[in-house]
Amino acid sequence: MKIAKTGNGSNLCLALEGRLDTNTAPELEEALKNSIEGITELTIDMKGLDYLSSAGLRVLLGAQKTMNKQGTMQVTNVNDTIMEIFEVTGFADILTIE
Amino acid sequence: MKELTIDAAVEHIAQVTSFVEEQLERYGCPMKAQAQIAVAIDELFGNIAHYAYHPGEGPVTVRVEVTEAPLAVLITFIDKGVPYDPLAKADPDVSLSAEEREIGGLGIYMVKKCMDDISYEYKNGQNILQIKKNI
Repeated sequence: MKIAKTGNGSNLCLALEGRLDTNTAPELEEALKNSIEGITELTIDMKGLDYLSSAGLRVLLGAQKTMNKQGTMQVTNVNDTIMEIFEVTGFADILTIE
Repeated sequence: MKELTIDAAVEHIAQVTSFVEEQLERYGCPMKAQAQIAVAIDELFGNIAHYAYHPGEGPVTVRVEVTEAPLAVLITFIDKGVPYDPLAKADPDVSLSAEEREIGGLGIYMVKKCMDDISYEYKNGQNILQIKKNI
């Protein structure tokens, strides 16, 4: 998985490409850990993401909980497969999906 | 029918996924079904890698069968680790808020929802977990 970080000041966008799974979820967790401090607007761009598994959901849930305390988080460019995963798992109600 | 026997380690998930995708290549499996199968492999093989032989190591056999008319893929995971029925666990409450959420059990729940069938048996000292996806 590739993670492209953009943003300035309190905005951060992480654009994901590839697969967010057991082996790559720790990379996203690390990227968030290193850059989420002081962020009030977080965007996770899933345009290049093929799919995610529960390991990815775990990291997204952690990010959402952090952002609930310090700002807002949105998830963008979600494909059909990923949307179905969000719906089945109830994450469609937890996340703000644009 | 094709089989791959490989050490139960999360580093091997990508290899197992490629092996299954190779078997599906000539059937024109839609991208979405392929992604759902890949998620199922991540969850199920990942679980076996984490728990079956913990803290030791051991093999998993992944068997792929494709049936035609109707077109479906059967994937069977066989390990000789501790007996574990992933279907015995209650489904998670998916209506809770972010703060109340626990992530345990979500992986197997996703597999149940995205596959057309899932079954488990413990036989001759082996965990035999099978999923079926109509394609």
